[in-house]
Amino acid sequence: MKGLLVLTALFVAVFGKRTYEGDQVLRITPKNEAQISLLKELSEQEHLGLDFWREPIHESLPVDVRVPFHSLQAVRAFMRYNQIQYNVMIKDVQDLMDDEQREMVKYRTFPRSTDDFIYTTYHDLNSIYSFIDMIVAENPDMVSKLVIGKSYENRDLNVLKFSTGAGRPGIWIDTGIHSREWVTPASGVWFAKKIVTDYGRDPILTDILNNYDIFLEIVTNPDGYAYTHTNDRMWRKTRKPNPGSSCVGVDPNRNWDAGFGGPGSSSSPCSETYHGPSAHSEAEVKAIVDFVKSHGNIKAFVSIHNYSQMLLYPYGYTSTPAADKAELHEVATKAVSALQSLYNTSYRYGSIITTIYQASGGTIDWTYNQGIKYSYTFELRDTGYYGFLLPANQIVPTAEETWLALMAIMEHTKNNPY
Amino acid sequence: MPEKTHMNDTTRYSFEEKRSFTLQAVCIGGSRRSGRILFVQMLSVIRTHLESVSSHSCCATALRFINSSTGLRSPPERIMKTFCSVWLLLSLVELSLALPVSQEPPLACRGPEDPAPPQPETPEEMDTTGDLEPTHYPARRAATVAVHYLNTRHGSPYRVFLLQQVHKASVEDVATGGRKYSLDFSVTTSPSGSPGPGVRCSADVLFPRTERHTPPDVQLRCEALQQLNSTAEDEAFYQKYITPDSPVSAQYLPDSYGNMSEEMQPFWRLARVAASFIMLRESSENTEFNMAQVASITQQESSEKQLMLDYVVLLHDLPSQEIIQWKLLASWSPDRGVRVLQTEWQPRCPHATKPPN
Repeated sequence: MKGLLVLTALFVAVFGKRTYEGDQVLRITPKNEAQISLLKELSEQEHLGLDFWREPIHESLPVDVRVPFHSLQAVRAFMRYNQIQYNVMIKDVQDLMDDEQREMVKYRTFPRSTDDFIYTTYHDLNSIYSFIDMIVAENPDMVSKLVIGKSYENRDLNVLKFSTGAGRPGIWIDTGIHSREWVTPASGVWFAKKIVTDYGRDPILTDILNNYDIFLEIVTNPDGYAYTHTNDRMWRKTRKPNPGSSCVGVDPNRNWDAGFGGPGSSSSPCSETYHGPSAHSEAEVKAIVDFVKSHGNIKAFVSIHNYSQMLLYPYGYTSTPAADKAELHEVATKAVSALQSLYNTSYRYGSIITTIYQASGGTIDWTYNQGIKYSYTFELRDTGYYGFLLPANQIVPTAEETWLALMAIMEHTKNNPY
Repeated sequence: MPEKTHMNDTTRYSFEEKRSFTLQAVCIGGSRRSGRILFVQMLSVIRTHLESVSSHSCCATALRFINSSTGLRSPPERIMKTFCSVWLLLSLVELSLALPVSQEPPLACRGPEDPAPPQPETPEEMDTTGDLEPTHYPARRAATVAVHYLNTRHGSPYRVFLLQQVHKASVEDVATGGRKYSLDFSVTTSPSGSPGPGVRCSADVLFPRTERHTPPDVQLRCEALQQLNSTAEDEAFYQKYITPDSPVSAQYLPDSYGNMSEEMQPFWRLARVAASFIMLRESSENTEFNMAQVASITQQESSEKQLMLDYVVLLHDLPSQEIIQWKLLASWSPDRGVRVLQTEWQPRCPHATKPPN
């Protein structure tokens, strides 16, 4: 019984679906009345299944006919025998239809502006990179795109610069450094839109942007991000192969020159926390290092991850408290309180090494040691229930509440220049 | 209510696979009595190769079958053995040319005896005794273990416990060499009932300090737990699936985008509870486990009025950031609760590509 059902389904599938594979469209140029008559006769041969797009009428008018694949040989022989001129206009009708279908799909899902963009879903790398170009095009006076380097697989490392004047100190935000942490670049996209929307409307943000530039790197690890879409949703590291090992990738948050290679990172290429052969060996990390050094005036640095719901400050590689620990803790208190005010999401906060785990070679330990006092790492929603696979309906609430914390940090930075 | 948690240790599969690996090594390397070092190297190369090739189960299964019979009697068995040996030999030759022999097998492809994630070094904070900061990780890890235990005892398709907050915590060294955490914490349940302060619990979590890993011991008291009977939804779920029209089967819950159908959510929560047995067993002061994803679920034929479910789950350990894959067989009914009957650690090889989900 089951077999019969399967057979029926197969039959329907094979014979039910219309396909135009191998069909060709011929353009015929009849020379005289006699040829027109012949073509009319041909059109009456039902078994050939000819589909005339332009009927044979007059010798000066071309005749277009779609010839099914099974009739091609016969029709061509007919043309030859009767010395009727023709050429192949469409070599494979199905191919053409497939192309068209692809174009249609592309057009349908491609947002035409950042107002069209769907913030409540996760996007692939191409969509995010298109978003970046769109937001620049829509806000040429305020937003520009900097390519700070290339990833291992040669993808652009894009940074959005939000600036209302020259020579300003900067605030840096990055998302997506660990590629499986999808809610972070999703929030990054939302932050970008929020900035251009609120400038000129929200007094605090306007004041911040009138004094500081904001740099936003949305996909900090594009190779990894692409890999999570095509191969392994749980990929974390970069995609650079490790010589002598079958394991790929370096943990970009253990690759910085701060306690590099110490406990809380691994020397095994197969580990998720592999620190890499040397500090800044990863192109994705080096690009930021070079940018920060050459800019020379970054005053706050925030690196965003998920999950755990935490706001963390240095250090991760040592239990020696940071010199500014008291102030960093106070700012974190304000930021977490602001975050919680929106949806009652509770965050823990403190130094990395006490709050989450010992980790050496981390981003904000390096930036802090460079003199960027307000260096923070976020771990966004949730606390492990969905973890990396946070449902898309939580993207915007997460971004909204996190933005409040970011504003608190940026505002404090602005009010406490150093 | 389950009177006693019940779980068999890693059994059939890994032991048999070990046997089949050994057999293959003996087949090839046994004749070279003098080359002991070469033999050991070949063994590790075999293991690496077999673990990294998805079709390794072909030979393992074939040889397991052959093992179980009393000898090579019939031509098909002989042919199978010859085929597998030849295939193995060829792969070995190919491999010994390609790989540096000194290479360690990838961490994620280690042998069946070691699924534990690499243990990070413990910083000074870990050796303190006395009061602990409730928001810091030592207290939180111990509380997480207590919640795993709570789930094994009282979890169900419509009730998964989550750690909400640690209120107080302290730790002391124990005469036998372990460390005992005393905790005061709150938990919430999912799906959530009424929003509120959550259920208050206290627990003593003992992490033994032994040569080989020993599971932690948990003594737990929660308020109002006795009143938590199985819910109406649990009952309805049980009735619906105990005699299924067609057994449930699914992959990747939730999917990459965090989506999961309504129908699959109780199965996901059951996986979460079953995974708690493994997470509890594997926990130490240096781990903090969550379930990252259910890779697959296949409903088996119900047995003794228990729902029988075959799961492959992905666990995430926070300190090492590793993703660890476990296959398990669980049973559940409203009366007996969740039991885990078999578990098997599955190596995740770094170059094995998984299709997008």
